[in-house]
Amino acid sequence: MSPDTNESASASTLLSVEHLTVFHGQLCAVDDVSLRVGEGEVLAIIGANGAGKSTLLRTIAGLHRPASGTVNFRGEDITHDAAHQRVRAGISLVPEGRRLFPSLTLEENLLVGAHRAAEGPFDLARVYELFPWMKDRRRGKVFQFSGGEQQAVAIGRALVANPKVLMLDEVSLGLAPIVIETIYEVIPDIVSHGIGVLLVEQDVSQGLRVATRVHCLLEGKTSLVGTPASLSAEEIEHAYFGAELPSTAGRGEPS
Amino acid sequence: MSDTTLPQSAELPLLVERSTFSPIYTLVGTVVVFAFFTAAPWILASSWVSVLSNFFVLLIMATMWNLLAGYAGMVSIGQQGFVGLGAYATLYFAIKGMSPFVAIPFAVLACAIIAYPITYLLFRLRGGYFAVATWVIADSAMLLILTVALLGGGTGKYLPGLTNLSPSELDHDTYLATWFVAFVVLVATYFILRSRLGLVLSSLRDNETAARSSGAKVTSTRRLIYVIAGAGCGAAGSVLAISQPFVQPANAFSLNWAAEMLFASMIGGMGTIEGPIIGCIIFFVLQQSLQNLGAWYLIIFGAVAVVIAIWQPRGIWGLIRDTTHFELLPVGYRVSASSLSSRRRVSRDAN
Amino acid sequence: MTWANILIQGALVGGFYALFACGLSLMFGVMKVINLAHGDIAVVAAYSAVFLVPKLHVAQLWAFLVVVPLFALIGYVVQRTLLQKAIDRDPFTTLLVTFGLSVVIENLLLEIYSANGQSVNIGELVAKSWQVNSVIYVSDVSLVVLGVAVLVLGALQLFLSRTSSGRLIRAVSDDREAAQLCGANYKHVFGVAAAIAFATVALAGIAFGISTEFDPTAGGINLLYAFEAVVIGGIGSLWGTLVGGILLGVAQQFGAHFNLEYQTLAGNALFLIVLAVRPQGLFGRRVSLNE
Repeated sequence: MSPDTNESASASTLLSVEHLTVFHGQLCAVDDVSLRVGEGEVLAIIGANGAGKSTLLRTIAGLHRPASGTVNFRGEDITHDAAHQRVRAGISLVPEGRRLFPSLTLEENLLVGAHRAAEGPFDLARVYELFPWMKDRRRGKVFQFSGGEQQAVAIGRALVANPKVLMLDEVSLGLAPIVIETIYEVIPDIVSHGIGVLLVEQDVSQGLRVATRVHCLLEGKTSLVGTPASLSAEEIEHAYFGAELPSTAGRGEPS
Repeated sequence: MSDTTLPQSAELPLLVERSTFSPIYTLVGTVVVFAFFTAAPWILASSWVSVLSNFFVLLIMATMWNLLAGYAGMVSIGQQGFVGLGAYATLYFAIKGMSPFVAIPFAVLACAIIAYPITYLLFRLRGGYFAVATWVIADSAMLLILTVALLGGGTGKYLPGLTNLSPSELDHDTYLATWFVAFVVLVATYFILRSRLGLVLSSLRDNETAARSSGAKVTSTRRLIYVIAGAGCGAAGSVLAISQPFVQPANAFSLNWAAEMLFASMIGGMGTIEGPIIGCIIFFVLQQSLQNLGAWYLIIFGAVAVVIAIWQPRGIWGLIRDTTHFELLPVGYRVSASSLSSRRRVSRDAN
Repeated sequence: MTWANILIQGALVGGFYALFACGLSLMFGVMKVINLAHGDIAVVAAYSAVFLVPKLHVAQLWAFLVVVPLFALIGYVVQRTLLQKAIDRDPFTTLLVTFGLSVVIENLLLEIYSANGQSVNIGELVAKSWQVNSVIYVSDVSLVVLGVAVLVLGALQLFLSRTSSGRLIRAVSDDREAAQLCGANYKHVFGVAAAIAFATVALAGIAFGISTEFDPTAGGINLLYAFEAVVIGGIGSLWGTLVGGILLGVAQQFGAHFNLEYQTLAGNALFLIVLAVRPQGLFGRRVSLNE
């Protein structure tokens, strides 16, 4: 299946990225990538380390300037908007490494996330419902929390802004499988509100399990696009690594 | 750094050379310049000679500051401490009977010896903290000198050992002292930057983490540069004392030296040898033209430096180099692919 | 009892140092900028109180009511225009720019107002003091300044910990990018921090102008003391700055006791010792002195 970037040009497209090219110094990190995220969809971006996934998300969030291409959100061109303006418009990124505020408590972290919140279903109370353990730890200093707890706080912090598009960058990194499960459990709830989710995962199986569609990057370029059901393990392996591996049964798990 | 991609075909032989023109030109040019400035007292009017004297003193300081900040990445606003120490070391040796001119290398050595242990304290800091700490140290040096009655305390003292010369002899000798010291400093800096130490420094300047990970001994290099810069500024202080020749703490340790050497380097272009030269020329042009307007020359100089730091951080020499690719004193390497038929040179400057 | 006098006088001047230093500390905490022109801004505020405020028919005693808000505004504008451009480049540039500004400001003051000493005139109040015992005199002005310092630090602390703007400032100090991802316009937050820094240092400048004679070069030495107070007390802690200021004041009084010439030197010595033995300061967070 050849990369077909015009798939899913549905009427409810929230975010559309066209021919985006981003440089990291002299390295071309994202090379002519186009994608779309619609309401209630989960688009999983998979690819090996250094494939350009994080750079792509960060550029959409406004932390990097692209060399060329556009980012459109709900019909408006936001390519040159500052990061904070995009948040206020309705795009939230849960960054790689969580990036909580270490000197703030859990609740303070959430409050910062909510300080420019749009109208919507997610407020602090709702987040405490999603993650009940938080209620008792509200005044706890986040730097003492476990990895999984911190990841949950980071997601909560992005949710309270009531985004229309939520981007998750490597939320499972460094977490135990059980914890990853609990993190991913909230995604259906989020999506049920019509929020579009764009998630980056190095763990292919996790990405495939939760995605509506999949977009694979290889060295900055789009190597494969499709739905999990329509893509075979071999195709994904090929797109992920860029080469035929000696035949191995099962999915191509990265080391 | 200008870079254009090398041609696709890797079959073209790669040329690695040090400069765009033959080293013979550099050598001849150096001899000519040396001869000219050495003969200056007999060629130029005496007012020019004294301006040149002051010019060379500042040039020494700016070159050293540039080595410290532009190459080794250490912003110091305390080099005036070494200027003062150099001046006072010269005064001390002169009081003890040495001719001030003979005292110059001893003063330089004294400054180097003092600079070395300071690094062990100073290097715990970086950035702004490092900078202010250098100033605290310079300030402390001045305060300590103020308590030594032998050296004249707060009022200052005349440098002994110069009275046996006639005024014009003294002016000539002073000028020659400042010129020779400046020449030695410039030549030494040029060779340092051309050497392996220079490569380490350039890599420090460009990217410290990469430099460390490629095995370069960053801390000991920094230490060496700090000591050299301290010694160099001590040399400037030494010839300053001779040219004044009333040595006074407020003048020898003045923060204005820090300002002038810093602004000259910034405006001229940091991270180059030519930059401080240009910056000092601009400084003296400004100072001479605004002579009767008090501190305005420094105000304008400072304002220009601020503007350049923000909008043209590579300074004036950087601007010239970017547009003409010309190196007066080449210290870097040029990798180019030259083909026999076409003289087209596609090159990448790395320096 | 000279010991008691040393401690009391040291504490009094320490309050002043802390007032001076809290703006410096804030700008470093939030923007990672060491404003080398910090001391000079205080001096400009003092000159404004002496020369500009009377033109508004306001007594110099009440100068701060005019000068402090004005400097808050100036701080915001300078940050959003000049300093932000320097910050966008790199810390190196910021250092050079603030140093350049410092030199320009000092020399401009020199040109405009000459090197003569000036004083903020509050009439007889400046000489009033409270006699504790036969040896110890507590000057009214320095007591008031200490009180003001404690009030300002307390207010700042409350602002940072209880208000939503304060929370935002803390968030931006912790992680600027993450704060942007929460919708914070970090450049505006930087502006607010600079406004607070300029306002507090202007207040300190006026206090300075009231207690001592000042001239255009006074900014330098005050920057030095403010910096030493911050490092001794510990970066990142406002109350630490107060403690640092007091310790610095006491050390200086101690040195002055032996020989007036040793006053600044004694403070410098304490600073260098703290640097050698405990670089993060007494109450410092694990924030390194490396940028």
